[in-house]
Amino acid sequence: MKHYILSKRLLYKYSKILRRGFSSHCKKEWQSVVGLEVHAQLNTESKLFSGAENTFGGLVNNCVSLFDAAIPGTLPVLNGKCVELGILTALALSCKVNEVSTFDRKHYFYADLPAGYQITQQRSPLASDGIINFQVFTPGVHKKPYNKSSKIKQIQLEQDSGKSLHDAELKRSLVDLNRAGAPLIELVFEPDLEDGEEAAALVKELVLIVQRLGACTGRMEEGALRVDANVSMHHAGEPLSTRTEIKNIGSVRGVAGAIRHEIERQRSILEGGGRILNETRSWDATAKITVPMRDKEVVQDYRFMPEPNLPPLRVNLKTKEYSHDVISVPLIKDKMPELPEESRTKLIKNYELRPEIAVQLVNEPVLLDFFQTITLVKARNPTKVANLLLNDLLTVLNKRKLDATSCPLTVNQLEDLVDLLLDKKISLDVCRKTIDELLEGTGSSAMDIIKHKGWLLITDEAEIVKSCIKVIENNPKLVKQYKEGKTKVFKALLGILSKTTDNKLDMSIASEKLEELLKK
Amino acid sequence: MNKLTSYSIKEIHKSFRDKLLTPTSFIDLCIQRAKQTKELNAFIILTDEIAENHAIESEKRIYIEKKSLPLDGITVAIKDNFCTKNINTTCASNMLKNFVPTYNATVYSRLLDSGACLIGKSNLDEFAMGSGTVDSIFGPTRNPWCSGEDWRISGGSSGGSAVAVATGACVAGIGSDTGGSTRNPAALCGVVGLKPTYGLVSRYGLIPLVNSMDVPGILARNIDDLTMIFNCVAGPDILDSTTLKKQFKPVKIDDNVDLSEIKIGIPSEYYCEGMSEDVLDVWRSVTDLLEKEKCHVRTVSLPHTSVSISVYSILNQCEVASNMARYDGLEYGLRAAEDYSTEELYASTRSEGFNNVVRSRIFAGNYFLLARNYEKYFLKALKLRRLIADDFNKVFNGENSVDLLLTPTTLSEAPLYKDFTSTHNRDQCASQDYCTQPANMAGIPAISIPIRLSKNNMPLSIQLMGPFLSEELLLNVAKKIESLVDFPSLKM
Repeated sequence: MKHYILSKRLLYKYSKILRRGFSSHCKKEWQSVVGLEVHAQLNTESKLFSGAENTFGGLVNNCVSLFDAAIPGTLPVLNGKCVELGILTALALSCKVNEVSTFDRKHYFYADLPAGYQITQQRSPLASDGIINFQVFTPGVHKKPYNKSSKIKQIQLEQDSGKSLHDAELKRSLVDLNRAGAPLIELVFEPDLEDGEEAAALVKELVLIVQRLGACTGRMEEGALRVDANVSMHHAGEPLSTRTEIKNIGSVRGVAGAIRHEIERQRSILEGGGRILNETRSWDATAKITVPMRDKEVVQDYRFMPEPNLPPLRVNLKTKEYSHDVISVPLIKDKMPELPEESRTKLIKNYELRPEIAVQLVNEPVLLDFFQTITLVKARNPTKVANLLLNDLLTVLNKRKLDATSCPLTVNQLEDLVDLLLDKKISLDVCRKTIDELLEGTGSSAMDIIKHKGWLLITDEAEIVKSCIKVIENNPKLVKQYKEGKTKVFKALLGILSKTTDNKLDMSIASEKLEELLKK
Repeated sequence: MNKLTSYSIKEIHKSFRDKLLTPTSFIDLCIQRAKQTKELNAFIILTDEIAENHAIESEKRIYIEKKSLPLDGITVAIKDNFCTKNINTTCASNMLKNFVPTYNATVYSRLLDSGACLIGKSNLDEFAMGSGTVDSIFGPTRNPWCSGEDWRISGGSSGGSAVAVATGACVAGIGSDTGGSTRNPAALCGVVGLKPTYGLVSRYGLIPLVNSMDVPGILARNIDDLTMIFNCVAGPDILDSTTLKKQFKPVKIDDNVDLSEIKIGIPSEYYCEGMSEDVLDVWRSVTDLLEKEKCHVRTVSLPHTSVSISVYSILNQCEVASNMARYDGLEYGLRAAEDYSTEELYASTRSEGFNNVVRSRIFAGNYFLLARNYEKYFLKALKLRRLIADDFNKVFNGENSVDLLLTPTTLSEAPLYKDFTSTHNRDQCASQDYCTQPANMAGIPAISIPIRLSKNNMPLSIQLMGPFLSEELLLNVAKKIESLVDFPSLKM
């Protein structure tokens, strides 16, 4: 007896322990933390510290000044336009512009860094403590959009490096210094994002903002905007653990994909009991994985030192006085254009557009421009105009592998189409066909094409009645079903009507007439 | 022609006007003198053809166009760390032995625009690191006052320019001054050497040693000549962001300066260990001289003088490590044959291209700049630097202020080469730069003036230092002292 009770007690204890162990293993989930570092090339004519041309795709080693090639005895001279664009971006992101900022040298040896150091602003940057607000919504992933923001730690001016190409076969390296010394702003965000979709949404909004400001072209595929992602995992409430840095992400979707992959990679390592190495990894967009890039566990000491050839940069935070050497921040604030968020709000308010439509329009600056011109004529319904641009125009463009920025159509051509469509002179189908024709670029107007192809909608009631009668005569079975009460069949009859008339009838009139005739 | 070592610009221009001399004949005399004094090794390159062309241009302007420039026909030597277009600029280093710049340093182009004629590029310590002009791949430069078998050093690092001026191979020389590199050889070779206010003369084209201390320096045989050269090169340069933006007002030399209005300070901390009796004696005698001229002479204190050398050492090495990072053999300069890997290439190039002095400074600098050491050394050195600058500020602007400071330039007359090279470069600089490098710390102007010969017949000089932008006062007082001491010119 005693024996039995003892065992029972032991069993009870044991199962309790077992249960405890089990639940602690499941309860603590790994949460992902993402922080971005973005480098944006400033869209100025010359470089940050030299007068060499700042351009993409120039002939190799043709836009290199003596200073860019680190020729001995040359000195940096700060390009004021770069400072202006940096301040403009900082203000757009609600940052505090620092009255005094300084430049530092960040030392490391690499073939594309002729001086053996990069001039940057690590210690006292141009601006700090800002925030970017954006909406996160990926169809298929999120049920509905939600607001998110990410804090900006600092914005600093710095030099870009040149480009090096390694020819493994011929065992040689080639260096192109065109990009050496090009102006960059680095935006350092706090690690306050959770996943790749949030990061992608942030980048998308940032691209829109810098494009709007004219500060940067935002063309990620050209390297004008580069995103590095810092990813780490932790348990809620606990401090952040080891992070990895992902480089070489070349597109907004790449941002989402790379981070998503890295989170999964880290999660499976941690859940398997392993540990994460503090390393830099590269995103392989074809294989869709991240691979280690540099030496593991070797920490680079950049031996930061103040740049002695550049005095501290002082800006005027208080007055709007123009001075060649001291940039007035209030003057720049006056020049701030409308930002994307404001545009969206205005579209929703002034045009009564649905939020998703507003978002899509603002995402396509060319279409937004068309929209705003076309809707100057009050009679045109904004939602219908937006739909034409976003659904019909874009679809036809995409079929021809074009995007909105390379759309050759003029706003006048689109206005004609809009009027024709809204006046019900043409069908939606015809509208698309006309766009396609216009893209051929023969110089004809929309009206010419439509008239030539005989695409105008037939509104003549007599003609419509004639066609209706034909359909009724040719489909006795369906007509019988309709008359017997199966009203659903009406749709089928309408379908046949439109098909047999090649979509040329004004369907609202036709529907009316058909119904009338069927009632007889 | 003996007069070469004493000819002033004024006299030369008068001779041109009176046709006793023409620019081309004068240039020939200078080139001859340079060739005669070859064993002094003052020049790395003699640019005789270029000088002749410059001289022809000057002649055209003087005799035909009748529109002469301030330095027409005046021969100059440029230290070989200033970039001269299409002329080798080596920094006396294997790294840049075959480097030909495609642009002119601002100082040089301003001299050209004033009509000067380039005699040649003068010798220096490799990358201006040294105070003897003994660490050059082209060999050491000898002091013309004692150049025989037991020869004495010329001082450095601008030794070549000082010797060229002293021997009459040129009228004026351009050097650089980071810790005394213009004033030191000026003192040892018996010529005047000016270190201008930091930011007054453009550094564009001067291959840097310490960017925050470097200044182009001027060497000449008398104050009038020095002032003329200075007036032609000083002033803002948009290519150098550290130049002062204020418009430059040329200095005027008043031939009869009244010293009774001037207050001179004698900093007690400059009595340092190792200072020779000769130098102390000259210091005293100039003090007496000034007092006789009714100058107010007082003892002052610059309490942080003794740490100056250590601070200089740290800041110098850190900037050197940074400035030398560009020498990788890829874009220009020496490239080692090693092509196994980029890293190998860099390492070999830099080992072959730099001498011991340069390499040891790079190592030290890299150590001080490591993140874990930054605060301990570099930041501390910067703070002490400010204290040193404040010392000068207090003495010039505070209570009981003085207008100028009078100190020795070097601790002794020019040492014997064999004695000098028995000590390490670091120790050489530490002792020789004692009186000169505080001025570089503070960015203030300073000038070395030869006073008299020692019992070994070697020049002995003193130094005057003034507050920021006080060149006019400095040069005028220097002119007065010069006229009172009547230092003998070198007999060739």
